[in-house]
Amino acid sequence: MTLAARTVSAHPSEGLQLPLAGWPSDPDWLAVARRGAAAWVTANGFPSAKHEDWRYTRIDPALAIPFATDTDTGRRTATGGSWPDVSLRDLLGPGLGGIRLVVVDGHFAPELSDHGYLPSGARLDSLHDALAVAPHRLEPLWSWHSNGYPHALRALSDALATDGILIDLPTEAVVDDPIEIVLLTVPGRAPHWSHPRIVVLAGAGSKATVVETHLGVPGQPSVTNALTQVVVDDGAQVAHYVIQDENLDSFHFSSLDAHLGHSSRFSSRLLAVGGRIGRHEVHTVLHGENAEVELHGLFLTGSGQHHDNAILVDHAALGCRSHQIYKGVIDGDGHGVFNGHIVVRPGAVGTDAHQTNKNLLLSDRAEVDTRPRLEIFADDVACTHGAAVGQLDPDALFYLRSRGVPHQEARALLVSGFVQEVLDCFADGPIRQYAERLVAAHLEPIMSAGRRGTDSASDSDSDSARDVSASRSRGGTAK
Amino acid sequence: MSTTRSDWAELAGREYAYGFVTDIDSDLAPKGLSEEVIRLISAKKDEPDWLLDWRLRAYRHWLTLSEPTWQNVAYGPIDYDDIIYYAAPKARVTPGSLEEVDPELRAMFDKLGISLSEQERLSGVAVDAVVDSVSVATTFQAKLAEAGVIFSSFSDAVRDHPDLIRAHLGSVVPYKDNFFATLNSAVFTDGSFCYVPKGVRCPMELSTYFRINAAGTGQFERTLIVAEDGAEVSYLEGCTAPMRDDNQLHAAVVELVAMEDARIKYSTVQNWYPGDAEGKGGIYNFVTKRGRCAGARSKISWTQVETGSAITWKYPGVVLQGDGSVGEFYSVALSANHQQADTGTKMIHIGKNTTSTIVSKAISAGHGQNTYRGLVKMLRSAQGARNHTRCDSLLIGPDCGAHTFPYIEVKHPSARVEHEATTSKVSDDQLFYARQRGIGEEEATSMIVNGFCREVFRELPMEFAVEAQRLLSVSLEGAVG
Repeated sequence: MTLAARTVSAHPSEGLQLPLAGWPSDPDWLAVARRGAAAWVTANGFPSAKHEDWRYTRIDPALAIPFATDTDTGRRTATGGSWPDVSLRDLLGPGLGGIRLVVVDGHFAPELSDHGYLPSGARLDSLHDALAVAPHRLEPLWSWHSNGYPHALRALSDALATDGILIDLPTEAVVDDPIEIVLLTVPGRAPHWSHPRIVVLAGAGSKATVVETHLGVPGQPSVTNALTQVVVDDGAQVAHYVIQDENLDSFHFSSLDAHLGHSSRFSSRLLAVGGRIGRHEVHTVLHGENAEVELHGLFLTGSGQHHDNAILVDHAALGCRSHQIYKGVIDGDGHGVFNGHIVVRPGAVGTDAHQTNKNLLLSDRAEVDTRPRLEIFADDVACTHGAAVGQLDPDALFYLRSRGVPHQEARALLVSGFVQEVLDCFADGPIRQYAERLVAAHLEPIMSAGRRGTDSASDSDSDSARDVSASRSRGGTAK
Repeated sequence: MSTTRSDWAELAGREYAYGFVTDIDSDLAPKGLSEEVIRLISAKKDEPDWLLDWRLRAYRHWLTLSEPTWQNVAYGPIDYDDIIYYAAPKARVTPGSLEEVDPELRAMFDKLGISLSEQERLSGVAVDAVVDSVSVATTFQAKLAEAGVIFSSFSDAVRDHPDLIRAHLGSVVPYKDNFFATLNSAVFTDGSFCYVPKGVRCPMELSTYFRINAAGTGQFERTLIVAEDGAEVSYLEGCTAPMRDDNQLHAAVVELVAMEDARIKYSTVQNWYPGDAEGKGGIYNFVTKRGRCAGARSKISWTQVETGSAITWKYPGVVLQGDGSVGEFYSVALSANHQQADTGTKMIHIGKNTTSTIVSKAISAGHGQNTYRGLVKMLRSAQGARNHTRCDSLLIGPDCGAHTFPYIEVKHPSARVEHEATTSKVSDDQLFYARQRGIGEEEATSMIVNGFCREVFRELPMEFAVEAQRLLSVSLEGAVG
């Protein structure tokens, strides 16, 4: 396949080049959308400190890496043995027991995937094939931001995403086992970006669980710019998970966009432990009355890491409910960010929206910034938010130690108690077990390092109690 | 006691009692902003060269700035060349005593309920009365001087205490701070200055009353309060303006400096003309207020009741530099009709064991939009610092909006920050309970709203608390439905 590439200058001052891929096989609407998205990037540039929503996150190091390198073929042949030092199959580990689809560097790898049972009428395909076979199903998804993009990374996905996964469930289809999508970044010839795109179309009354696992092979920096679009039709239920365990040199930007219909339910759970810079956006729009959304997130941010969580819950219809809990554990010189935003549109009366963010700082150099925002244009609503930042409660530590629990173990107990509230929201079974294993593996070095690092700090000023669980958001009085 | 359901439209009937114009001849500078106008202002006030130089530096810096747009309020472009930057009541011949103040001016203040005579109702409160660009009278100066307290108009202070002004002017809000503070630094005309020496507790409440009278002018005053070690002062600020169809700009700067163990309490009841029911006219209140707790264990407390102005846009903040210093912010902001408010605070924790408390109560009615925007920043040095923030919003009517935008930035693990916010409407259950007991709907709502604001009102000095409650009930008249 030949590449019809043009180069547009996105950041003339820095000499940054955005190669715009155009594929001859693209339908007309897609070619137009790609050009429009690229033009938007050129006109608006990349997010910087001047952008309110990117106040605390710099993406400049990622911009030094080329946006597209593998555009020479629409699909790369990813075979288990093509990377000399790693066996990709070993890296994937055991599955969650259901369907498993593997995407390598943004491209679907059928030879690594296991297709399982699907209800009749359901389609599960690579996005690349779906664009060829059923473009009409995907066309609306490229127009979600026709009035302008929230930022350049979203536009880049529209411009450059060529592959990924499409999950298309017809009315009343129920998939019991989780559908697992593993997105793997492997060292290539040079550092590169990948733009995997996952689309979930859940027909009325359908039900499914989708688990996205982002894994990286250590070696060289890479950039993942993942976009997941979920359409939850009337009465449908979708549970979505993101497990972000990329390598510590990489940059991870993911966006999850969900549109909810009447009486539908959607849940998003995030566990982020990897990446040098990770930004996880969740953008849910409650279009239909009586829809419900639950958003839970846990980020474990270690030394040298930066995790930004940007959440927008847009209440656009009557009587919808939303509930958010995000927790962060920040260690070393890690930097955690929470950007939560609830909007209640005019007329969205009967809205019930709650948001909580709590952060635990385990080291003197750790840093957290939190912005829990409410924007409310209707009066008959109950909206609350709460945010708290603190360290482990010295009283609780003392209590445990006075009962013979060694210091390190006491810290571990308190930290696991702190994170458990979020993990409890993960579905019972293989998903929760996987998440708990990952959390345990990441907390272990933090706890042993903490033995020396922050011990003295917490003991020296034990007179002032610092209990992050002390603050609670409170319910409003309105109905 | 009215028990009829009031119509939303009635909210429009809300009366602004201070909308009259007093007919005084004014000495006006030509319209527009240029170095000549700044030189003119400086010359009219007989200022020393260093101050003129400071103004010009600010002006030149201002020329390089562009107007900020991040705030959550909407207004048409301001033509800075269509504003008169200096307006003074003409009859002023530097009154030697209060009796010599122009009777027209005295009548105006009497009408506003502010007595400039030292024996009257408000005696016990020293008032600096500022009309348009100049201070017209300052009461009780002699009595304050006995205690060692300096309380005068800014211009007089520049003349009489240049060293104090030079040492502190711009020390909290530098002239490069932001667009409107820079503009103020270039063109500020008058304001109040207060200096409380070491160990002195100011014997009475101090107060400045700001009045915009002339048309087509902007008001740019500057207040500077310095409390030396162990000093204590309570300061009140009130403001009104005539009803006019065009918008007038008010861009003030307030700087507070608190040394070791000093306490400053700064209370504002802001009642600038809010515009009419259609949102026409009204004051743009774009103010920079900041205090610096320079010494250990010092305390700065801001209390504000914001009921006026078409647009209120201000963030009284505290820089907590001294170890163990305390910052407080109590605010009630009411946006009715088409008023917009984007207000909140900034607490910058630098010293060890510094604490801050933020209580914000926002009430939106009619088409009002109310935004709380606050920053709590714990720097790496802020060991053991604490903050507690509580922001509540009350919505009255389906067309208003209430928004909460807190920013919390923590760089020290032993710092503790808590933020809570709720948004709701006046509870039907509470209303029902009150009505069941024979209390009319309007009165019941007023009770509930007053209860909602109580936490803030009790921080106000007594005279102001009464005034604030009355103001709130007038402002909300007819807003019940």
